[in-house]
Amino acid sequence: MKFKDQLKAGVILDNPIFMQTIGLCPTLATSTSLSNAIGMGVAATIVLICSNIVISALRRFIPDKVRIAAFITIIAAFVTTIDLALQAFVPSLAASLGLFLPLIVVNCIILGRAEAYASKNAVLPSALDGVCMGLGFTFALVLMGFFRELLGAGTFLAGLSTLLPFLSGVIPAEGFAIPFFNTNPVVMMILPAGGFLMLGFIFAAIQKIMAGKEDK
Amino acid sequence: MPFVFPDSMGLTEILSLAVASILVNNYILVQFLGCCSFFGVSKKTDTAIGMGMAVVFVMALASAVTWAVQYFILEPLDLQYMQTIAFILVIATLVQFVEMFMKKSMPALYSALGIFLPLITTNCAVLGAAISNIDNSYSFIGSMVYGVGSGLGYTLAIVLFSSIRERLDATSKCPKCFEGFPIALVSAALLAMSFMGFSGLSIW
Repeated sequence: MKFKDQLKAGVILDNPIFMQTIGLCPTLATSTSLSNAIGMGVAATIVLICSNIVISALRRFIPDKVRIAAFITIIAAFVTTIDLALQAFVPSLAASLGLFLPLIVVNCIILGRAEAYASKNAVLPSALDGVCMGLGFTFALVLMGFFRELLGAGTFLAGLSTLLPFLSGVIPAEGFAIPFFNTNPVVMMILPAGGFLMLGFIFAAIQKIMAGKEDK
Repeated sequence: MPFVFPDSMGLTEILSLAVASILVNNYILVQFLGCCSFFGVSKKTDTAIGMGMAVVFVMALASAVTWAVQYFILEPLDLQYMQTIAFILVIATLVQFVEMFMKKSMPALYSALGIFLPLITTNCAVLGAAISNIDNSYSFIGSMVYGVGSGLGYTLAIVLFSSIRERLDATSKCPKCFEGFPIALVSAALLAMSFMGFSGLSIW
């Protein structure tokens, strides 16, 4: 399979959130702002790529009976690495992701790709699969984060400059205030209920688009 | 560095922790832990109750065992950074043992729970509770109460949600593009909104 097809599958056709509906917990919990969404997406993508590479390299050595335990141990090792690295280098992101950082280990997407793809394919395609699925996950998070931040707080990219200090000259710390939305924030959208609501509307939009495609 | 056990907790603290973990900080509707199984197994009320009971049981066991692992193994050896790996392995093993034990001694309950038991390993609520117990330095009793309370909160949410979904599937008329999963998410949003009413609730 070509990289282009894999990318299309990961981001659109087999998007882990929108098409397979797995990994919903971090999607709902960490998409309160765009910068959180980007941070979570990137952290999970790095873990996914690394675990896919190692699992596919070891696929002939891991006995079938204990494969799930072996996969989880490998994933947990990478999650610990990312967790410690973020706490050391980007403590503000580590604090805002909080509990969900160690919980990447039970993210169904990562174990799912290990079981469905990395344990059956060679190292390079598995790494690419990790990149594509990770991008798909990040795309979903970013979409949720963008709308929830816009509607709930009326800002765009708030907090990104503390995440990436070299951007602090370009983006103000509290983000860009969007006219109208920042004077009329719908606070519910950044609360838990708003997460369910936003995801529901995105799924409805997807069903609408799919139905439209089938009619043609 | 000598390690210290967390302070013991008073009865009022324990009771308010129980209320907080069931209602105020409901695992699914307020903290978004365990959402995968929340949407996955909430189509029927019977299975939702079974799943809820299994989660309560495993969370109580896991809270106790991971607390012991943290304070008797990881802390004395200064291995706190191994927490994630140690906890997930302990939980996976525990679920396996519970499965074997139930199969042998409680076959009726075992067959009722079916595939939900192995799925609990990857339920983030269980690992989430184990890590929260340590982060908030709860005492042993506090951890147990928090584990059971969070499990009961999970059960409450999933049972309520599954009854709503049964009604939705049977009677509702909604726009075509909202049918199925989207309308379920919107009803979860309404349920979450009603649970927001508990925020700030403190009895003592």
